[in-house]
Amino acid sequence: MPRVSHAKDLEIIRSQADGRKSRTRLELVIPNGTCCQASGSAALIDAVRAELARQGLQQDVSVRVTGCLGFCEQEPMILVEPGNILYCQVSAKDAAEIVSRTVKKGEVIDTFLFLDPVSGKRIEKEADIPFYKAQSRQLIHMNRFVDPFSIEDYIATGGYQAIAKALKEFKPSAVIAEVKASGLRGRGGAGFPTGRKWEEAHEAPGDEKYVICNADEGDPGAYMDRCVLEANPHAVLEGMMIGAYAVGASKGYIYVRREYPLAVKHCRIAIQQAREYGLLGENILGSNFSFDVEVARGGGAFVCGESTALMTSIEGKVGEPRAKDVHTVREGLWGRPTVLNNVETWANVPSIVLNGAKWFASRGTERSKGTKILALTGRVKNTGLVEIAMGTPIRTIVYDIGGGPKNGNRIKAVQTGGPSGGCLPERLFDLPVDFDALWDAGSMMGSGGMVVMDDKTCMVDVARYFLKFLLDESCGKCVPCRVGIDRMLEIVTDIAEGRGRPEQLDLLQELAETVAEASLCGLGKSAPNPVLSTLRYFMEEYKAHVLEKRCPAAVCKALVTYSIDAEKCTGCGVCLKACPHDSITGEKKKPHVIDAALCQRCGICIGECKFDAITVL
Amino acid sequence: MAKINLDSILEGRRSQPHMLVEVLLDLQDQEGYLPEEALKTVSKELGVPLIDVYRVAHFYKAFSLKPRGKNLITICTGTACHVRGSDLLVNQVRGQLGIEPGETTADGQITVECVNCVGACALGPIVIHNDAYCKNMTPGKLRRKLDKAAGRKKEAKDA
Repeated sequence: MPRVSHAKDLEIIRSQADGRKSRTRLELVIPNGTCCQASGSAALIDAVRAELARQGLQQDVSVRVTGCLGFCEQEPMILVEPGNILYCQVSAKDAAEIVSRTVKKGEVIDTFLFLDPVSGKRIEKEADIPFYKAQSRQLIHMNRFVDPFSIEDYIATGGYQAIAKALKEFKPSAVIAEVKASGLRGRGGAGFPTGRKWEEAHEAPGDEKYVICNADEGDPGAYMDRCVLEANPHAVLEGMMIGAYAVGASKGYIYVRREYPLAVKHCRIAIQQAREYGLLGENILGSNFSFDVEVARGGGAFVCGESTALMTSIEGKVGEPRAKDVHTVREGLWGRPTVLNNVETWANVPSIVLNGAKWFASRGTERSKGTKILALTGRVKNTGLVEIAMGTPIRTIVYDIGGGPKNGNRIKAVQTGGPSGGCLPERLFDLPVDFDALWDAGSMMGSGGMVVMDDKTCMVDVARYFLKFLLDESCGKCVPCRVGIDRMLEIVTDIAEGRGRPEQLDLLQELAETVAEASLCGLGKSAPNPVLSTLRYFMEEYKAHVLEKRCPAAVCKALVTYSIDAEKCTGCGVCLKACPHDSITGEKKKPHVIDAALCQRCGICIGECKFDAITVL
Repeated sequence: MAKINLDSILEGRRSQPHMLVEVLLDLQDQEGYLPEEALKTVSKELGVPLIDVYRVAHFYKAFSLKPRGKNLITICTGTACHVRGSDLLVNQVRGQLGIEPGETTADGQITVECVNCVGACALGPIVIHNDAYCKNMTPGKLRRKLDKAAGRKKEAKDA
């Protein structure tokens, strides 16, 4: 195994990889992240490999198993290079056809191409698919070149060149100056300027300092950090190395949620490989800089995404936050100066050092530079990970990239920033996505979740959902958060269940403002955002619940009735069997009925009925 | 009861109190829950008072102090799964098995849990059956999965 003890060793590995590549005629890129595996990518990979072997083609075709390419909904997929041909939603049984027609004869198989739900046409090249076209992919784009199990793949893309450059050409203060000049802000939510954080830790007194990668991506609806860590763990490691060199740390931690087992595995392998290659350890690349990284797993507590709570969790204790009268850059992990950045922030660092601050700052807005990965999910046609230049309007993301509403519904809001963020109505969709614009509108970037909601989504229910989440996740240390969230949930539950009184709306507003003001940590301070933003933009829905006892989206159970449309019902009996509460009766081939007294309004029958006969009003 | 072997879990971590969360995570994975005897050993070997071990075991959602069923069904209730109907899945469990999330069926076959997000949001609602991720779940698919896990066909309704 080669040991990298000098920058030119990287060059050698790179040219060897280029040589190997020139000997193969075709490359099949098959993503195999968590979401891909949920769609059956592992079986596809085995089938493709077996088929290549059977047809004697292993020599001139290489298969690269990578992390997620972002278009999760269309998985499992195969990207054929050169040619940029993307086959979507293929499975193991398609392997033989793909190998014998595309690999052997160079044919493009029409039926495997992406079917654009907007135009109804098949699209051959990945780059022409509207989902990809409007994006500005920097980080996710790298995923296709890298097998996360192969450090050599990463080196072949120019990996570890940035740390080599930093060690050779930059003093720590120059690295910090470069990161400051790039305008990079923390991708984890608050958008704190990364360079300033590093500078403070650099200047803080102490010999022992730490860098931490926050991969406790607890925001439900956001998974870009999982994707980056799974697909390109060395980019994160290299970013951390550069940060450690800049602030003077010799030890780093990657704090990953245990709910991401694949990310944990890939990180551990990447760290092991980097150690074996001499890229982690003593005297890295022949310099005086020594650094090592360890993985610490989270235990499934949302609050541990907060910096002080995360650090106590690494110390093996209960992850409760503390007041930040002294910042963690001065007193963090074990009371030492500590820099904590999120996965995406770290992954951006190597290219800043390599290409310069100006290159990075050429994308984005005045105060938010670079690109941001968003997790576009919910009720749109195309869902997946989307990387856009900061400042891209919400409308472009939802309609051009996302392809607009599903099933002819009307999109009415996007929820950004998870439980700390808020809901923005359709009329604000021209807002640019950057840290400040979203904040001013009462939401926040958060880690980048963007859940699209349509007229089948009830905003009172959304507020209730987040309050339940936060009640569950509040660590209970401070009163405003612990008790305030409970009381808010009480009110919103009253409203959702038809017991709401008009004066409760004012009380809810007041309570929300108090919790925001008085809570100890970021979780509590931002906890009222879902309530405040829905009150601000969707008051008419609250009023419909309170005054008319009606849920316009027909979601809130207490306010709706289920019935069967006798015209549409064929009497097939599927709903009757499916209903766990025995509330449906009827003879075979005759319209069935729902007993309103027994019906729990669970909605299971809707999913089972093939004839759209169940109505909710 | 067979004695629980903690050697490989404690290897290289003894007398290091900060390793508590890591040790408990491995123990949870190995045994499916945190047995009392093992917690006492962990307390001694790491040098963490037993009360602090319990405090940590209670605080983090990953830990279970009671044995889990043979089949662990985890329903993701993250935002994206929620707007696509993960509630219906929880209702399916309540109706079909008569248990709440976090509980185990009386025969010890199935434990159902909810998780806040597993990060496969584009494919929601997601259910994880032991280690296998299942995408775009519906109450119907879940019903069949639970029937299979329970090792029986659905009993006739009026039986």
